[in-house]
Amino acid sequence: MMMCRQATRLMSLRQDRKLSLGEALSLRMHLAMCGACRQCDRQFTLLHEAGRRRADSLFASRSDRE
Amino acid sequence: MMDDSTQGDDAPTRMERLSAVRPRLLAFARLHLRDAALAEDAVQDALMAAIEKDASFAGRSGYETWVFGILKYKILDSLRAQKRQGKLMPLEDEGDDEAIDRQFQHNGRWQEEARPSSWGEPEAVFESERFWQVFDACLIALPDSAARVFSLRELMGLSTAEICQALEIRENNCWVILHRARLRLRACLEKGWLKEGTT
Ligand SMILES: [Zn+2]
Repeated sequence: MMMCRQATRLMSLRQDRKLSLGEALSLRMHLAMCGACRQCDRQFTLLHEAGRRRADSLFASRSDRE
Repeated sequence: MMDDSTQGDDAPTRMERLSAVRPRLLAFARLHLRDAALAEDAVQDALMAAIEKDASFAGRSGYETWVFGILKYKILDSLRAQKRQGKLMPLEDEGDDEAIDRQFQHNGRWQEEARPSSWGEPEAVFESERFWQVFDACLIALPDSAARVFSLRELMGLSTAEICQALEIRENNCWVILHRARLRLRACLEKGWLKEGTT
């Protein structure tokens, strides 16, 4: 049975590549039972989006608007 | 060239636009290179390249974005050069597991005090100025290699394949570093933003 620590490895991994079917299934099973990991998964997704937005705010400027 | 003057009186010249964007280029380069002098060099190289390649910039908008695109490659060049000169700390050698170990019990479950809690709706989070302050502070607080790989991945949007090629590390290593970086960041953000934010 996969524990939280290992589940966070898969949550992180799926921000970087597609999980294998086996990986995706075991993560899904863990998330179904574990509220703390569901929050962690949301946080990793939010971090991913935050990075993109932080870069956008550095890159794009007023003079770049269409 | 008449290029700039034909755009009308209020259109800033390319040079003016470059000097206006320079502070942001520097901030971005510093974040990745973590060294003021190297960041300065990378930005200088990028600005020179932007001036030289000016003719190859086709569109009228997106000029700053185009310059940032050039800077990305200069940053990668700089990392590669440091790597060749043996100045980059080997990424594998960072014994920073401790901060992560503290979040989990021996059996692999979350420690009670480290259990992730809800951050609320992402859109509301992103609108909070405080969140971005803590985000930047937490990014800076990461160990060098974690910060570098995380910002190459999440801020520059490079794939882990591209990152490990540039840094000459195995892709597996990249994933391990990113996993640690994300766990550290989430803990740092939760501590610095959620908890302090409510007091
Ligand atoms: Zn769990």
